[in-house]
Amino acid sequence: MLAFLLRRFAGFVLMLLASAAVIFLLLDLLPGDPARFILGINASPDAVAALRLQMGLDAPALERFLQWLGGMLGGDFGTSVTQRLPVAQLIVERLAVTLPLTILAMLISMIVGLPLGILAARRRGKPADTALMILAQTGVAVPNFWFGMLLTLVFAVTLRWLPTGGFVPWHEDWVGSLRSLILPSLALALPQASILARVMRTALVDVMGQDFIRTARAKGMTMDEAIWRHGVRNALLPVLTILGLQFAFLVAGTIIVENVFFLPGLGRLIFNAVTERDLILVRGATMVLVVVVTATMLITDLTYAWVDPRLRVRA
Amino acid sequence: MSLKTSLTLALAGLMMTSAAALAQPTEIKIGVAFEPPALDPTAGAAEAIDVVVYQNIFEGLVRIDKDGAVQPGLAESWTVSDDGLNYRFKLHDGVTFHDGSAFDAEDVKFTFDRILAEDSVNAQKALYAPIAAVEVVDPLTVDITLSRPDGLFLFNIGRGDAVIVAPESADNNATDPIGTGPFAFVQWDRGSRVILEQYGPYWGDKPALTRASFVFIGDTGAMTNALLAGDIDGTNNFAAEALPVFEGNPQFKVLVGLTEGETILATNNRKAPFDNLLVRQAMAHALDREEIIEGATYGYGAPIGTHFAPQNPDYLDLTGTYPHDVEKAKALLAEAGYPDGFSATLKLPPVAYARLSGQIIASQFAEVGIKLELVNSEFAQWLEDVFANKDFDLTIIAHVEPFDIGIYANPDYYFGYDNPEFQALNETLTATLDAAERTRLVQQMQTIIAEDAVNGYLFELAQTGVWNAKLEGMWPNSPVEGVVLRDIHWTE
Repeated sequence: MLAFLLRRFAGFVLMLLASAAVIFLLLDLLPGDPARFILGINASPDAVAALRLQMGLDAPALERFLQWLGGMLGGDFGTSVTQRLPVAQLIVERLAVTLPLTILAMLISMIVGLPLGILAARRRGKPADTALMILAQTGVAVPNFWFGMLLTLVFAVTLRWLPTGGFVPWHEDWVGSLRSLILPSLALALPQASILARVMRTALVDVMGQDFIRTARAKGMTMDEAIWRHGVRNALLPVLTILGLQFAFLVAGTIIVENVFFLPGLGRLIFNAVTERDLILVRGATMVLVVVVTATMLITDLTYAWVDPRLRVRA
Repeated sequence: MSLKTSLTLALAGLMMTSAAALAQPTEIKIGVAFEPPALDPTAGAAEAIDVVVYQNIFEGLVRIDKDGAVQPGLAESWTVSDDGLNYRFKLHDGVTFHDGSAFDAEDVKFTFDRILAEDSVNAQKALYAPIAAVEVVDPLTVDITLSRPDGLFLFNIGRGDAVIVAPESADNNATDPIGTGPFAFVQWDRGSRVILEQYGPYWGDKPALTRASFVFIGDTGAMTNALLAGDIDGTNNFAAEALPVFEGNPQFKVLVGLTEGETILATNNRKAPFDNLLVRQAMAHALDREEIIEGATYGYGAPIGTHFAPQNPDYLDLTGTYPHDVEKAKALLAEAGYPDGFSATLKLPPVAYARLSGQIIASQFAEVGIKLELVNSEFAQWLEDVFANKDFDLTIIAHVEPFDIGIYANPDYYFGYDNPEFQALNETLTATLDAAERTRLVQQMQTIIAEDAVNGYLFELAQTGVWNAKLEGMWPNSPVEGVVLRDIHWTE
C-alpha cells in the first residue's frame, strides 16, 4: 500500500510540474502586450514603457518562470498587474464562492441522481424506468446556462423568491450567500444528476445479475433487501469514478454558470484576467485549478484502491 | 400566537411598508458590464474605472458637465493670461479628502508633478505635456504655466486622468480610492460590486443619493433579468438588442444619447492600394451607413461623415461628401487602376458593433469588387497587430476619446495619415483660444479629412441607458466616461 501511495503521489507532483511549464509557456507565447492593454489606445509610448518596467515584463522568460515557480512553493503567487493585489488573496476570495457552489451542486446531483438510478434499476423495463431514462437523457442534453436562465426567469424574475444573481460575502449575510447559490447550483447539478442516475442504473442492473445477489435471495432476502445490503454498495464503484471526474467537470462548468448568475467565482476571475492580459493572475488561477482537479483524481484513485483492494496490486 | 398579537403585527408591518413607501429611496444599484481592474483613474485607461469613480469619488480642478462644457470643480474660479500661457486657479476653501485630510494647493502640485514624472504611468500623459510648471502661490491659489498655448487645456484637466489626489493616499488609490468627491468608497467585493456612500463633510451641494452600488454583470441576459426582477435600478449603456424588452414597459425608461465614440473603418493609408485617394473615395462611396447602423447597432447611433462627434456644436454634417453610389465607386476603382477590384483583410476586435459592421461592409464592398477577408482577433492581439505594429489593411473601431481630431496630425498614428496642411492647421488650433476662430479651424479640419476619405466614417456610438422610470438626473450623452451620480434622484 505504501509503495502504491508513493507512486501515485510522485505522479501527482510530476503532473503539477509539467502543467506549470505548459501553462507558463502557452501564456508567454500569447501575443498582446499587457502594459498596452492597461493603458489603452491613446497611451503615450513613454507610459507604456514605464509600466512594462514596473510590471517586470522585460526579464528573460526562464528567469520569470523560475521566479514564479519558486514563489508558488512559498505560497506567493505574485501580484496581479491589473488589480495590484496578491494573486493568492484574489484566488482565495473567489474560491469562497466556487468551492461551495461546486460542492452544493455535487450534493444535489447525488441526492437527486442516485435514488432515481436505483429506482430505474428496480423498475427495469417498466414505464417508470423508460420515463426516468428519457428524463435523464434530456438532463444531459440541456446546456446548464440555458437551464440557469430558465430557473432565473421562473424563480427570480417571475416569482421573485431568489435573487437573479450576484453574491453577498459570507461574513456579511450567510443566508443571503446561500440563497444566491441555490439557482446556480441547481443549474450545474442537472446534467450531473442525469449522468449519475444513468450510471447508477447501469451499474445496479449489472450487479443484480451477479451470483452474490442470487445467493442473498436464496438465503431468504427480498429483492429490495438484497439490493440495499449488497447491490448498492457494489454498484457504487463505477459511480465513484464518475463522481471524481464530475468534480473536475463541475469546476470547469462554473465559468459559464458564474457568468449567467454574475457570481464572483474563480471561473469569472480567470475569464476576465485572460481578456485583460493579466498573465500572472491567469497563471496562478489556472495552476490552482490544475491542483484541484489532479488532487481530486488522486483522491478518487486512492479511495477506489481502498474500496477495492485488488486494484492496489494491479496498479 | 393569539389573534390579537398577529393582527397587531400585521398592522405594524403594514405601517412600516407604507412609511417606507412615503419616504424617498436614497439608494441606487447600477449594473455595469465591466468590472474596473483597479479604481485609480490616473493609472489606467479602462472606461470601467471612470464609470465608477469619476466625479463620484474623485474630482478635478474643473469638471465636465453633461453637455461637455467645462465647469468649476475644486477650483472655484481661474484667470488666464493674455498669451494663454498662465492659468491662476483659486481653490475652494474647506475641502477635505475622504480620509479627513485637507485639500490645498500642494495636492494640486503633487497631482500634476506625478502625472508628468519620468516614471508616470498615466495613460494620457501626452495630454498634459504642455504643462511647464505648477507653482503653489498660497494654500488656495495655484499657478499652472504652459510651454505653449493649449485650447483644450481646461477640458483636459477636467478628465478622469487629472483628478486631484493626495500624496498620503495616491499610492493606494488602485484598491482604496480616496478623493474629494461627494461619495466615499466603502467596499469592493471583487467580481461582484463596489459600494459608495455619501461623504458627509462634502464641500459642495449634497447629492440626493446616500448610497450607490455598482454591480458587475457581464452577461446581457443576466443584466436583463436583474433589471426585470428589480435587483438593479438601471444601467447606463445597455446592449441594443436587449432594448425592445424595456421599450414600452412603463416601469422603465430607455435613455438614448450619444457617446464620444466615432466608429470608423480605419484604413492603412501608408499601404497600397489605400495610399491612393481614388481607392479611398471608391470605398467611401461603397459604404451605406444607414444599412450598417441598422445591422450593427439596431438603428441606434448617428451617421457621421468625419471624425467628430455630432453633438458637438462645432460639428459639420459631411455625410453627403461621398454618398452611397455603387456605380461611382466602380468607376473610381477603374480609374485608380483596379477595374476588377482587389482583395484586402479586415481585422475585427471582439466588440459586437465591429464584428457586425464588418460583415455588412464586406458585402457592400463585394458589390463594387473589393473582396474582404474578415479576421477576428481578441482585443490584446488586435492592439498589438493593428495599433502597435500597424500590420493591417482595414479595421473597425470606435475612437472614444473626446475631441480627438488631433490624431490625424500624427503621421505615426496607426492609420498613417500624413498631410502637412492638416498638421499646420492642428498646430494653429492648439494655440488658438478664441472660440469663433477655433470653430472655423476645426470645421476646416473636419472637411479636409472627410474629403481625403482618410478612413470610412460610419457612425457615432449611441449610449442607451435603461433605468427605473422613477429615476431622474442621469446623463443621456456621455461627453466624458463616467456615471455621474451627482444629480441622480428618485421621484415620488
